Amino acid sequence: MPLPRLIPCLDVADGRVVKGVRFEQLRDVGDPVELGSAYSDAGADELVFLDITATLDARAAAVATAARVAEHVTIPFTFGGGIRSVDDACAVLEAGADKVSVNSAALARPELIEELADVLGSQAVVVAIDTENGRVRSHAATRDAARDTVEWAKECEARGAGELLVTSIDRDGTRDGYDLEQLDRIGTAVSLPVIASGGAGNAHHVAAALDIVSAALLASILHEDPRRLVELRGELKELGVELR
Amino acid sequence: MSKSVAICRYGAGNVRSVELALQRLGAELTDDVENADLAILPGVGSARSAMQGLRERGLDEVLRARAKPTLGICLGLQLALESSEEDGGVDGLGIVPGRAVRLRDGRVPRIGWAYVEPQGDAYWFAHSYVAESPAVTATSEGLVAVVEHGNFTGVQFHPEKSGAAGARFLERCLSRA
Repeated sequence: MPLPRLIPCLDVADGRVVKGVRFEQLRDVGDPVELGSAYSDAGADELVFLDITATLDARAAAVATAARVAEHVTIPFTFGGGIRSVDDACAVLEAGADKVSVNSAALARPELIEELADVLGSQAVVVAIDTENGRVRSHAATRDAARDTVEWAKECEARGAGELLVTSIDRDGTRDGYDLEQLDRIGTAVSLPVIASGGAGNAHHVAAALDIVSAALLASILHEDPRRLVELRGELKELGVELR
Repeated sequence: MSKSVAICRYGAGNVRSVELALQRLGAELTDDVENADLAILPGVGSARSAMQGLRERGLDEVLRARAKPTLGICLGLQLALESSEEDGGVDGLGIVPGRAVRLRDGRVPRIGWAYVEPQGDAYWFAHSYVAESPAVTATSEGLVAVVEHGNFTGVQFHPEKSGAAGARFLERCLSRA
């Protein structure tokens, strides 16, 4: 198996990295290229950019952001948010992104996963799954998607997904640790790489997740500060996690 | 003196990162795949559609006939082989002996950074198929990571996405071209 991966997640709106709680009180925390480069220098294995506006008007801005990031960042990055078609996905990949992440659009029309995998290859298709109490949530976790999480994970794999980004909604932002039981259930049900998200508060939490999944998405634990990633890598290495 | 590099374009995909990586190294980009000092065959989509894309553009013949170095990346390596198991079986370019087979162990796709021996650097991989070839010159976790045959070098990893180690690798390819 490749080395466990640490993946900082940056929320983007109109070409800027923002911090906020579900669209409210968005605060500008920097430039995607500058923050992305700094995380890369700090030892990030990949980056995820999530366009949280993802309106029709924001599509062009998202592609422009992906293009700027690709010019300066030399590690792989995923672009998510507002991708509803193969054309949307091709636009960000052609701009230099390596993978796209889809969530609500795949729930609304699961064939989208097959279409993306056919054109881009499975390795470029991440399906993001927001889960709470074993059930899938959609539309930024505001709605019940009427699906069992493990069943949906298996369906994503069968349709050609390359990775699953699993966010435990009930843990998100709590810093109480990842939902390890849920991650283990999903990891056992599929043979795809799983990226854990939601709940990381310290290095022990991250180490415990990396014991059962391939990668950890890092959001609030980093406080938008690349120096925090350097510290976290050091702490993880002390805990015996083999990192790049 | 800056070397000329032609990146084969034969369908939708992430060619931009390869282009940017070479520009950063000062390479002069050209569309002349036949005569460029270095030709690069990037990996795009699935084996069948990629081979079709190469044939439609006549790039299969141009690549077979090239006298100067060619670098295949990821699927680009696999296309250079005689065949691939992908898509129910696909004939490759036959530039390098061997075939591409489905990964059978571990999580597939195999995604992430892994060490390449004997060099020792870690590079970024993202693949579901892998080469089986007598032309192997480096491995990663027991899998073929690099093949070299005649003037063709194929790498299973993505040097254009492998940070400083990837840039050094591409620089060596350029300097040898």
